[in-house]
Amino acid sequence: MEPGEIHALLGENGAGKSTLMNVLYGLYQPDEGEILVDGKPLKLRGPSDAIAAGIGMVHQHFMLVPVFTVTENIMLGAEQVRGGIAGFLDRRRARREVAEVSERYNLRVDPDAVIEDLPVGIQQRVEIVKALTRDVDLLILDEPTAVLTPQETEELLTVMRSLKAAGKSIVFITHKLGEVKAIADRITVIRRGKTVGTASPEASRDELAALMVGRTVRLTVDKAPATPGEPVLELANLVVDDDRQVRAVDGVDLTVRAGEVLGVAGVQGNGQTELIEAIMGLRPVLAGTITLDGQRIDGWSTKKVLRAGVGYVPEDRSVDGLVKEFTVAENLVLDVYDRPPFGRGLSLRPDEIGRAARERIEQFDVRTSSAEAPVGTLSGGNQQKVIVARELSRPLKLFIAAQPTRGVDVGSIEFIHSRVVHERDAGTAVLVVSSELDEVIGLADRIAVMYRGRIIGVVGPDTPREEIGLLMAGITPDQQGGSPDVGSAAEAGPTATVDSDPAATTDADAVSGTGTPATTDRDVAATTDGVAPAAEGPGSEDEKNR
Amino acid sequence: MSDPNSAQPGSPDKEPASEEQAGRTALGNTERAEAATTPGGPGPRPTLGRLFLENLWAANTFTVTLLSLVLAMVVGAVLMIISDPEVLATYGYITARPSDAINASWTLVSEAYANLFKGSVFDPAATTVNAALSPISETLTYTAPLVFTGLSVALAFRGGLFNIGAQGQATMGIILAALAGFLLPLPPGLHLLVAVLAGALGGAIWGFIPGILKARTGAHEVINTIMLNYIAVYFLTWLIVQNGVQDPSRTDAISRPVDASAQLPRLFGDGLRAHAGIILAVLATWAVAWLLNRSTLGFELRAVGANPDAARTAGISVTRTYVLVMVFAGALAGLGGSQMVLGTTAAALTPLVVAQIGFDGILVALLGRVKPWGVALAALLFGALQAGGNRMQSYSGISLELVTVLQALIVIFIAAPALVKAIFQLRAARTARLQTSLAKGW
Repeated sequence: MEPGEIHALLGENGAGKSTLMNVLYGLYQPDEGEILVDGKPLKLRGPSDAIAAGIGMVHQHFMLVPVFTVTENIMLGAEQVRGGIAGFLDRRRARREVAEVSERYNLRVDPDAVIEDLPVGIQQRVEIVKALTRDVDLLILDEPTAVLTPQETEELLTVMRSLKAAGKSIVFITHKLGEVKAIADRITVIRRGKTVGTASPEASRDELAALMVGRTVRLTVDKAPATPGEPVLELANLVVDDDRQVRAVDGVDLTVRAGEVLGVAGVQGNGQTELIEAIMGLRPVLAGTITLDGQRIDGWSTKKVLRAGVGYVPEDRSVDGLVKEFTVAENLVLDVYDRPPFGRGLSLRPDEIGRAARERIEQFDVRTSSAEAPVGTLSGGNQQKVIVARELSRPLKLFIAAQPTRGVDVGSIEFIHSRVVHERDAGTAVLVVSSELDEVIGLADRIAVMYRGRIIGVVGPDTPREEIGLLMAGITPDQQGGSPDVGSAAEAGPTATVDSDPAATTDADAVSGTGTPATTDRDVAATTDGVAPAAEGPGSEDEKNR
Repeated sequence: MSDPNSAQPGSPDKEPASEEQAGRTALGNTERAEAATTPGGPGPRPTLGRLFLENLWAANTFTVTLLSLVLAMVVGAVLMIISDPEVLATYGYITARPSDAINASWTLVSEAYANLFKGSVFDPAATTVNAALSPISETLTYTAPLVFTGLSVALAFRGGLFNIGAQGQATMGIILAALAGFLLPLPPGLHLLVAVLAGALGGAIWGFIPGILKARTGAHEVINTIMLNYIAVYFLTWLIVQNGVQDPSRTDAISRPVDASAQLPRLFGDGLRAHAGIILAVLATWAVAWLLNRSTLGFELRAVGANPDAARTAGISVTRTYVLVMVFAGALAGLGGSQMVLGTTAAALTPLVVAQIGFDGILVALLGRVKPWGVALAALLFGALQAGGNRMQSYSGISLELVTVLQALIVIFIAAPALVKAIFQLRAARTARLQTSLAKGW
């Protein structure tokens, strides 16, 4: 690592990126080898040693106390006491320090805000400020963008650039190729605990992806043209609220036909989750209708919807999809346990469950020690395969998959995609919701773009990514006027802020991209944008909307 | 290094330590034999010892339970010595004549624990069949209701609910069972059946209330079951002195006795207290085990207990499951309660007729690791401690409360496997899982 460098550490899930960085931060002890800082070997016994050596880390899951204020969180672990008297915290000094650091690096945070009220992106900023107040020279960011919206991601990249300008070094851990190309000065690829190569950011996505998984990977999905049949799912004027009673789905009309994949694209948090939960009977429908195969299903219980021939892969597999303490076999029958042949009357039939489980494990290539292993011991990709196997093991009319490949390794992604296409070819209507634009483009026969609870456009899969990207940012083609070249518009003048946001959105979403020329272009554009410090403006897309 | 003795703790207390050492050496021998038959890895000598140590000291459930028992008895021994003025006096001149202190302590502790054993398992001095069976009979009498309340807590726990209300549910069970027992003029057999079912019904109602409150309003079951405990106890106190309930020939708070036709039959003849309740308890254990592991309802229950979100997404009605779990748990506690008045412990309602079976049920459930057969064994242990404690009190003059202290200590050690591990320097294996298994549900 050189001073003032952004070094990206790229690798698949479980490649050992986080472990390496935890060693560097002193959380784990190395079995062999040594760490050199400024040419001197360093022995780290814990995070405090690392901080003393000028190494700071922002974890994937934030280490913040939700009910404390920003200042309190930052002083935590390095509390200053007033006048040297133990027990009296010097909040004022800590507050001043926070304000000073956030001022110096242009990281706007309110020192008195309570953490739990802040959006994730700002919480992350608090973590960065926390590291900076400890006077670190090397900052480790562990998968910082995994939890961020595309806008927040772009803001983070700007922050990283300004830190770099201030002479700090950054290790940036990720498996998203787009971000790496946008920001890194140097890229190290790790596979199965070994460094397999160093690349420059000019390397193409395909090259990087191949380095990451160790073979050439098809990021596109092979499929024949769809043969759409009768409408299976019809949504008419659907209105749904989210958990905070805020309107999340605001009058959606949508049709999914048998034998086609309808992809719903959109930045996360635009109502996709609520839309699907409403279809599944997990969330009350406030207005409008849901029709499955000519039958109204709004107001039905989840069990009844599942029984009617709907398969559902929920967005968050560890929360909604699996019972981690249960065995693989039990999870494979989680929603059919009470139907023959697995259950008869009140009693379960473990032999049938076990037999079916072994079959599915074989068929869906689930890597597990046995059908009786707790599902929590499996890797993310294999857990996801368990869910997909469960849902695709019964005759379906409609298959709904939300973020089917989130946090899944590339090999499993390919497999899951091929099963989805296979299901489509069997005549099932498929609804795929994903915030990965490439996934939607690759899988879907039609793409519906969702923005602020509405479907603002339905387009074909060969629509240029830019157009879909703009739709995802809420900009429909007619509003866009006659400026198709967003990149140049962004640099044009004082109104540039308006256009740079959608560009950023598209870029951040195209994370595991196909490497089309258009995408590469925008990566460059985004980088150029960010260097100009004025290209920031939260909520600025509003004016374009009206 | 590989010598098993190196892992022996230096116990501050001489006598129980030697006892405990003997016990563990005995245990060690069998383990060693097992270890010897297992094909060893490279380097036989250290491997054998290590294998043995690993087998024994791996912090598995059984070892931790056993060691918790031992630890509790060690602490109990210290308490006995401290609370006996005569023995304590010998420690005043321990430097002059240490043998006095050691002998006195040994006599006290060994006799107390011998009586505990004789009162609960077998008395070698027994001459008649009745006398020989008596300790077992007593143990079973105390065990039966605890099995039910333990199962009640365990079942709710597996469904993700912490049922502190077994006491209240047992109280309502006792009330309805007793009322059915002396108010309904029914033929024998049917009368008993109705009384037992009435007990289950009383508990089920008292479980349904927190269940429906949890399902509909999200009100926390811990708070509500505790509150319902109070209501049940004071309802009982009020009910006993009402006309038609109170025994007309008595002025104190005691109800009419339950008709003979509604009493559980005795198992070993009239001289011994063991009654059919223990058979019901075994049946209930089997039924709960089947319900949990082999039924669709149990599948739902476990899924809701482990991950309510995933259960809901899979189409399982979480609210319905919560209500059902509490109704079943309440019915089990109610059945346990009904035995206190339909069995041989008492035949009439008094304010204290429920004893502590509900609260002990929580301990039994935790000790049994919320598994049905584990609960049954834990209840047996607690029943034995109760039965033996009676004899210990009358023969050794050690107060019965010591038994309660022992029970509490056992559960504390079980709930803190890390503590047991630290004391006996067990391997860390699996302790983490134990801790979370007991910490969940709050």
